[in-house]
Amino acid sequence: MNLAHLSLLEQTVFVLAALALFLSFALLAQTRLTTMIHLFAWQGFLLALLTGVVATVAHTHHLYISALLTLALKALLIPWMLHRLTRRLQLERHQERLQHQALVMMAAAGLVIFSYWIVLPIARLELISTRNVISLSLAIVQLGMLLMVARRQVVAQVIGFMSMENGLFLAAVAATRGMPLVVELGIAFDVLVAAVLFGVFFFHIRESIDTLDVDQLTRLSEEEREQ
Amino acid sequence: MADLLSPLNWLAALLQALLFALAAPLLVAWIKRIKSRLQNRRGPSLLQPYRDLRKLFIKEVRVAHTASPLFRAAPYLVFVATLTAAASVPLLAVKLPTAVLADVIVLVGFLALARFFLALAGMDVGTAFGGMGASREMLISGLAEPAMLMAVFTLTMSAHSTNLSSVIQHVLDSGLLLRPSFLFALLGLLLVAVAETGRIPVDNPATHLELTMVHEAMILEYSGRHLALMEWASHIKLLLYGVLISNVFLPWGISGDLSPAGLLTGAAAITLKLMGLGAVLAVSETVVAKMRLFRVPGFLNLAFMLSLLGMLSHVILEVGA
Repeated sequence: MNLAHLSLLEQTVFVLAALALFLSFALLAQTRLTTMIHLFAWQGFLLALLTGVVATVAHTHHLYISALLTLALKALLIPWMLHRLTRRLQLERHQERLQHQALVMMAAAGLVIFSYWIVLPIARLELISTRNVISLSLAIVQLGMLLMVARRQVVAQVIGFMSMENGLFLAAVAATRGMPLVVELGIAFDVLVAAVLFGVFFFHIRESIDTLDVDQLTRLSEEEREQ
Repeated sequence: MADLLSPLNWLAALLQALLFALAAPLLVAWIKRIKSRLQNRRGPSLLQPYRDLRKLFIKEVRVAHTASPLFRAAPYLVFVATLTAAASVPLLAVKLPTAVLADVIVLVGFLALARFFLALAGMDVGTAFGGMGASREMLISGLAEPAMLMAVFTLTMSAHSTNLSSVIQHVLDSGLLLRPSFLFALLGLLLVAVAETGRIPVDNPATHLELTMVHEAMILEYSGRHLALMEWASHIKLLLYGVLISNVFLPWGISGDLSPAGLLTGAAAITLKLMGLGAVLAVSETVVAKMRLFRVPGFLNLAFMLSLLGMLSHVILEVGA
């Protein structure tokens, strides 16, 4: 496929998707929780912008609504809730020590190549001009998963989970010009409810084991923890 | 290539290289001027680097007792290698005879050669500062080079050529395209350029503080015309990166032939682009604080990651299936 055959707006979609992928990498490399939440908010903002551009390109008006929904939920509301949570848990200055940083980054690059290879047959169908974005969105999903695997801090893991959802949303927009509005509304509120529930869980976890480091959860009894 | 034998073309190439050498201190002065303005100072005149160079050329050369002949030869080697590298970068026009050697990998090689002799000269006298500066320089360049090559490969994969002239011609021919790969390569190359030319936040060219200097530590033992050549070479290197970045990513205005009108437009365009780029550099240097040395690998990792993402997004988004 030649980039020159696409309109400037369609090229913008590619640039925005690539930037969203870059933000996933930045999330993996970032140690400060507050900055991670900011990055996550920017990813949501990029997705909203991308959805708006796709809506303009494809003349699908219901996508404008999901763009607005994404902007309101993922770029504003959920980051705000996460900020409030970190403030209340006194984690604003929390800085995680990353383990095997270089290895994680290499794994991330490998995952991008892997998802490219997975999506190759779909992209060959040449159904839609934004088909190449599907592999990026799959990569964002996998990077979110990698973030959840690599981090031990609960809030960071939740951000990984949310950015996985961002990837899925991007895949839907890129592959089929968005899901039906009902489904999208459902998913959006699902994520919102998840964010609320996670908040409650944080407090419970911290109350019972005095930390938000999930490695402590693998130990069985109080006595073991003392060692 | 019949153009290769025409003496007029060679003359133009020679003049372009000369212009490169002559204009280099001006860019440094321009950046200094903007930085001073941002700090509410008047700042030195735009001709100050020329005056400094002239003063150094007139001054007597003092060489340490322990210095080997390499120490005396290094400034000339560094200067010639940097100038040759600069001569291969298209400044005003694309189709010069030097375009044949304007291969990006050769360019990186010339810069590595200059850096090699610079580091050797730093260690030659045997002072603690020289050795420290040399080891730091090698650490930074060892990390910056892969990032730079990766960014360069992203460009060359789009243009199907490692020749700078062809890359620029390709970008010109394809018109306005929003390429994600070029965006990432540009960002990566900007970070690499900051690290390689020793600007803030990696190195501070204005300081002689023991703990932080990198480039200054290596040339601490030099004086007179040797020092002038080293300084001039570093000015040329800064201009080289500026021209490389602005001409590859924003090639509009560069001349395709050697007509006077074309060359004038080329000169005006590159002056404007470099003024813009210099202003960006000055603002970023004012806003950002110098990093600790041990955080430089992280900074260059980011550059490498950006370049790698550029390459990946080229393969995934632009070539496609």
